[in-house]
Amino acid sequence: MSANVNTSLPLEYQTEQSRMNILGFWIFLGAEIVLFATLFSVYGVLYKNYAGGPTHQDIFMMKEVMIQTVLLLTSSFTMGVAIWEMRRNNKKGLIGWFILTLLLGAGFLFMEINEFIHYVHEGATMQTSAFLSSLFVLLGTHGAHVTFGIFWATMVIIQIVKRGLTPVTARKTFIIGLYWHFLDVVWIFIFTFVYLKGMVL
Amino acid sequence: MGIKWDEILITGDPIILGSQIAILLTSLGIIGGITYLKKWNWLWREWITTVDHKRIGIMYIVSAVLMFFRGGMDGLMMKAQTSRPEMGFLDAQHYNEVFTAHGVIMILFMAMPFLIGLMNVVIPLQIGARDVAFPQLNALSFWLFFSGAMLFNIAFVVGGAPDAGWTSYFPLAGKEFSPGIGNNYYAISLQIAGLGTLMTGINFIVTILKMRTKGMTLMRMPMFTWTTLITSVIIVAAFPIFTVALALMTFDRLYGTHFFTVAAGGSDMLWANLFWLWGHPEVYIVILPAFGMFSEIISTFSRKQLYGYKSMVVSIVAIAVLSMLVWVHHFYTMGSGALVNSFFSITTMMIAVPTGVKMFNWLFTMRKGRIKMTTAMLWSLAFVPNFVIGGVTGVMLAMGAADYQYHNTLFLVAHFHYVLIPGVVFAVFAGLYYWWPKMFGFMLNEKLGKWHFWLFVIGFNVTFMPMFFLGLNGAVRRAYTFSAESGFAPLFLLSAIGSVILAAGFAVFCYNIYWSIRYADRNISSDPWDARTLEWATASPVQHYNFAKLPEVKSLDVFWYMKKNNEGLTLKDEEIEEIHMPSNSGLPFLMCVAFGIVGFFLIFEWHLLAAISAVLIIAGLIYRSFDYNDGYHIHKDEIKKTESAWRKMEGKVNNHVS
Repeated sequence: MSANVNTSLPLEYQTEQSRMNILGFWIFLGAEIVLFATLFSVYGVLYKNYAGGPTHQDIFMMKEVMIQTVLLLTSSFTMGVAIWEMRRNNKKGLIGWFILTLLLGAGFLFMEINEFIHYVHEGATMQTSAFLSSLFVLLGTHGAHVTFGIFWATMVIIQIVKRGLTPVTARKTFIIGLYWHFLDVVWIFIFTFVYLKGMVL
Repeated sequence: MGIKWDEILITGDPIILGSQIAILLTSLGIIGGITYLKKWNWLWREWITTVDHKRIGIMYIVSAVLMFFRGGMDGLMMKAQTSRPEMGFLDAQHYNEVFTAHGVIMILFMAMPFLIGLMNVVIPLQIGARDVAFPQLNALSFWLFFSGAMLFNIAFVVGGAPDAGWTSYFPLAGKEFSPGIGNNYYAISLQIAGLGTLMTGINFIVTILKMRTKGMTLMRMPMFTWTTLITSVIIVAAFPIFTVALALMTFDRLYGTHFFTVAAGGSDMLWANLFWLWGHPEVYIVILPAFGMFSEIISTFSRKQLYGYKSMVVSIVAIAVLSMLVWVHHFYTMGSGALVNSFFSITTMMIAVPTGVKMFNWLFTMRKGRIKMTTAMLWSLAFVPNFVIGGVTGVMLAMGAADYQYHNTLFLVAHFHYVLIPGVVFAVFAGLYYWWPKMFGFMLNEKLGKWHFWLFVIGFNVTFMPMFFLGLNGAVRRAYTFSAESGFAPLFLLSAIGSVILAAGFAVFCYNIYWSIRYADRNISSDPWDARTLEWATASPVQHYNFAKLPEVKSLDVFWYMKKNNEGLTLKDEEIEEIHMPSNSGLPFLMCVAFGIVGFFLIFEWHLLAAISAVLIIAGLIYRSFDYNDGYHIHKDEIKKTESAWRKMEGKVNNHVS
């Protein structure tokens, strides 16, 4: 199974098992799209059901959301640079850009947690109305994915430090790259359909 | 946390007390038996830690048969309760719990694992591969299913059973109307099992797309492989919806959110939509692999290539697409309006077209074939007319306007049993009789198999045919009793008698397994049915590496032509190479335990304990991330020995199929 090595391909694609893992992860991302699409449609059904509680305009803080967005979009760019460094076989560059990505991600998370705390102080909790239930769960699911990604990537960075760039560590890094960009795409949809739409309506 | 110790075990009901004692004694018996026979080490090494797709498949099938027994007992209890008017065997609450358990267990813990088990055993062999793409993930899938199934099964003795039906509609399933923890069991245990199913879906897509042997193009794949591929695609497309729906249900019940509670702006209809957005594709997730198995069996025992192979492929893809577009037909009466109902009426009826194409293809496959009436073939033959009854009544139900008459009556119950029992249960029995020799190296007894078949099929028809007429006369489903004045009594009694015959059929099946394990002839061919696909090109039971030399495929039904042209059947010594195999791992089982513990605490709403034990799951993930075990190689000598052992025996075997 691990036979069939093709060294003309990029490191992460060289073994048959790696190619299968990457395809499997793409399919998993397909499932994730369905998962987030379902959450978006739940939000789409419930987003005007304030039940007498706070509305979008009452609680959203656009400046903070803009900072979150910039942090996360930048982290997607630095993730891309990290993979580019990996392709150049530059372990140091890879690790540096990778860590920068995670720091940006952590910054995003920090902002998001603050946002949640702010909402709760405003009296907007998950239990207040159907709108807020769907908002918290949609944002929370995305945030949980980012959190999971940071821990997961930390494991992989440790493995790159210990083992260097091998077909296995390269594949793991590449897959996290896919995951990270996916979270970015989801955020763009959240930004558009939750924040922008919520502010203009 | 406020743990109420006195409410953990259900007390005060003689039936449940009996079950508790029976469960305790059985568990002690199993533990004692394994200890006495000193089999713990063997069980751990050969089964619990295995990543071999064939063994995982067998574990799935064993679990499914056990769940069949459990779900069947629930069915019999319902039939006993409704056998006479005003029976006092079960009260209303108990009856609710029983039909909920029956539905959930039969669909999710019997049909699904039975089919996934057979897929696991057969698919890698059919495509000429040595395992699935992700063997350890495959083991994790099984153990997550097992964890969820066990959690669900203890509900009725520990903490209280879910009682809102297998669809668990809101508002009934919400905290307001179901305040106990019973429905938490539904939300949490199905979530855990569902994760396993999603992983299975991904695993099989990659396996089938990437691991086919040389020459096996997509259009040369056996039909069971095709249906498994499409089923896996539906799993990946539909299961995340269920994941979200169950998560939202959990949030509503545990953390007071308002997705489905009308009070603070939630929508109970949202649950019905999400549930059936997954639930209807789920029906096709269980039916498509069954179609695949019938295709293999009918083709083998008609001794002809499958008729209309391309139209079969097109129709399963069409069914898969349509399966996503029909979910509203489960709740026409909830007032979506005429336009919406009409749209879904039409899409629903359209499914009959590709299904009809498949029916005719099976019939034309048999036409002018030399049909062998084996047990597997009998199941497939019985499937055709019985399934057509289910399908035609389905088209009746599909008509939105007419559905107002049938909705929530026993007519519907009869309809879906006529679809699911001939469609899925007949298929898994057929598949089990057919592939049993491949799994174990001996056959199930054909004579007992025919007893099993006739009792089961007659019992099935006697049980469910009366329910069509009861339903048309207005008998509602999920009602625990009826009055003598309703005039339903004779048909209900007939149905109850049928269920006993059905149960007798199942008993013969269990006896057949016992008999065959003890007495069946071990000296049989590796290809006892004279079959057509690659799983029969290797030993029975299959050696752990599946194929010493990966076969090359030049046409459809490749093994048939290999036999006919006598090519590729022998193995030369110089063709043997070392084979790389994945190592066993205890991690999937430990994850099953960890998920079980976390799930249990969540069900009881002991959040702190759940959070603490979630560390176990995280620890498992971290361990897996740092696990660089790259498997091992099997030496040439070992392969040579194994291969010559079974190849030498061919030609000296007994034939049990005339």
